[in-house]
Amino acid sequence: MAARKKGDAKSNPALNREMLHSMLLQRRFEEKVAEGYALGKIGGFCHLYIGQEAVSTGAIGTLREDDYVITTYRDHGQAIVRGIAPRAVMAELFGRLDGCSRGKGGSMHMFDRNVNFLGGHGIVGAHVPLATGVGFAIKYRGGDQVIVCFMGEAAVNNGAFHESLNMAGLWKLPVVYVIENNRYGMGTAVERASSIKDLYRRGETYGMRGAEVDGQDVFAVRSAMIEAVERARADYAPTLLEIRTYRYMGHSMSDAVSGTYRSKEELEEYRKRDPIQLLQARMKSAGELAPADLAKMEAEIAAVVQDAWEFADKSPEPPMAALFEDVLVETAS
Amino acid sequence: MPLITYRDALNQALREEMHRDDRVFLMGEEVGVYNGAYKVSKGLLEEFGEMRVVDTPITELGFSGVGVGAAMVGLRPIVEFMTWNFALLALDQIVNAAAKMLYMSGGQFRVPIVFRGPNGAALQLSAQHSQSWESWLAHIPGLKVVTPGTPYDAKGLLKSAIRDDNPVIVLEGEMLYNAKGEVPEEEYTIPLGVAELKREGSDCSIITSGKMALVAMQAADQLAKEGIKIDVVDLRTIRPMDVGAITASVKKTNRAVVLEEGWEVCGIGAQVVDYIQRDCFDDLDAPVVRVHQADVPMPYAKALERAAKPDLPKTIAAVRKVMYLEA
Repeated sequence: MAARKKGDAKSNPALNREMLHSMLLQRRFEEKVAEGYALGKIGGFCHLYIGQEAVSTGAIGTLREDDYVITTYRDHGQAIVRGIAPRAVMAELFGRLDGCSRGKGGSMHMFDRNVNFLGGHGIVGAHVPLATGVGFAIKYRGGDQVIVCFMGEAAVNNGAFHESLNMAGLWKLPVVYVIENNRYGMGTAVERASSIKDLYRRGETYGMRGAEVDGQDVFAVRSAMIEAVERARADYAPTLLEIRTYRYMGHSMSDAVSGTYRSKEELEEYRKRDPIQLLQARMKSAGELAPADLAKMEAEIAAVVQDAWEFADKSPEPPMAALFEDVLVETAS
Repeated sequence: MPLITYRDALNQALREEMHRDDRVFLMGEEVGVYNGAYKVSKGLLEEFGEMRVVDTPITELGFSGVGVGAAMVGLRPIVEFMTWNFALLALDQIVNAAAKMLYMSGGQFRVPIVFRGPNGAALQLSAQHSQSWESWLAHIPGLKVVTPGTPYDAKGLLKSAIRDDNPVIVLEGEMLYNAKGEVPEEEYTIPLGVAELKREGSDCSIITSGKMALVAMQAADQLAKEGIKIDVVDLRTIRPMDVGAITASVKKTNRAVVLEEGWEVCGIGAQVVDYIQRDCFDDLDAPVVRVHQADVPMPYAKALERAAKPDLPKTIAAVRKVMYLEA
């Protein structure tokens, strides 16, 4: 167990470009989301992922199409990386009919059956049992898929988390539990909430392998995930990864970026290890990314984001008939 | 027709549905090796193996969520609670996950799951083990709630619950497991949402469900000796409720008693009375009377417990009151 995972040094220029594109797309998309929120296009609770993009990109990139992903309410980035079109994510944020949850879920509840994205979920830790149940179903059918369950570090103190890990360890289920330790559960620092510092060690209690991973280094995330996914796929063995990252924005759009619980200086310090900058620097030094390449990628992404915005803005509101639709299914099997 | 217990009727329903569909599995505390805390799952582990009859740790929140997750990707779990009193720990999974998944995913993720187990008071189990959860669960859009009162209803409703593509709550009567009734050998199901007129009469309606259906039938039989004819409407499903059956009965009798096992405030009876006042306002010859548990946690002492519970004498007294007869 343990040992801080470092990214492997072997370089794959095509993969690196793909990962850079994935992370930049999330960043620019969410910057636009913040704009949409300020303009009142987007309402409710809206939790941005900015600063944590290496986690979604590094983790989800290791999965097969028939694997599953489930996550928390901070779900825009993961939804996009898993393959939900930026248009459908933006339309969902706008509460429109073409949203990936048809405008019924909003920021916290992105779903897409077509890419096995089992949702953003709004109650801290409560989706961890769901992930465990998906793992159970995979094993029940004798399949070799894997489910990846993202959660914030605050979830590791609640009962749903512990009950789930116990069953996954007991029954040997193919689940990769990923703690995205972004340091703060809303305004409560991890050391003020957890009795131990190394959260991945909570898995030891349940006979589960675990590791701490540098969440600003996309290569480190990727290599830790490859190992955990393989363990789940080959042996139905669950893993608990603690990926240490940092959130740049407030807990949600309703909250200040810094203030009583963290200082601007701390935030600036963490920004020095920005996951996108780190990857760019690495690619530049390997000669894989000329300034013109980056400018081109930025322009392409800006166009995708603008297109998503325009698509969402034109998408119709759900009709009033939708109010009473999908409360119950009208069928029996 | 064979006479079998409510317990065996449920057991037959489980066995038949597990044979019918291999996506159906049972999970919960003591359902396997122990054969079920109330022996409802007797013999199933031996017949279906441990992948389909899953003993869980004592972890209601966790295994309820495991059921919901498995249902989201196509299995059809039956989650047994040793009693519904323990299911309070799992309410987040039932309410926030199972009931809302279809809606908040824009219709993409259905949750075909059954949550079942004994509900209501038994004998001297005191406050934490003697509660009726109908009104809590029936409050939630996205759930169906059934309350079988006889072996026949138990089997037919459970089979329909398992086949339903929605989350269905099955509240079994803890005191009913040994009750016997006629259950046909041939296959049958009972549609959810359909009440049954268990006694027909023209003088007063008793609207009830679950364990209290037996009490209502006893009251009807006893009052019949005095020439008072009672219509007993057994709702059988609390959500969706068969409002038509309620109003048809009240329009016929012009008087109603609403009998439930749970507490008064915001209880099922309050909802039934609302339907009556909406649709039968001009048909009523007297205010509706409700019979329910006293508004207290269940006491342990025998006499206090008896005083707290709705029962036959209280039901008969309510009928007399609504008929303006001497007590």
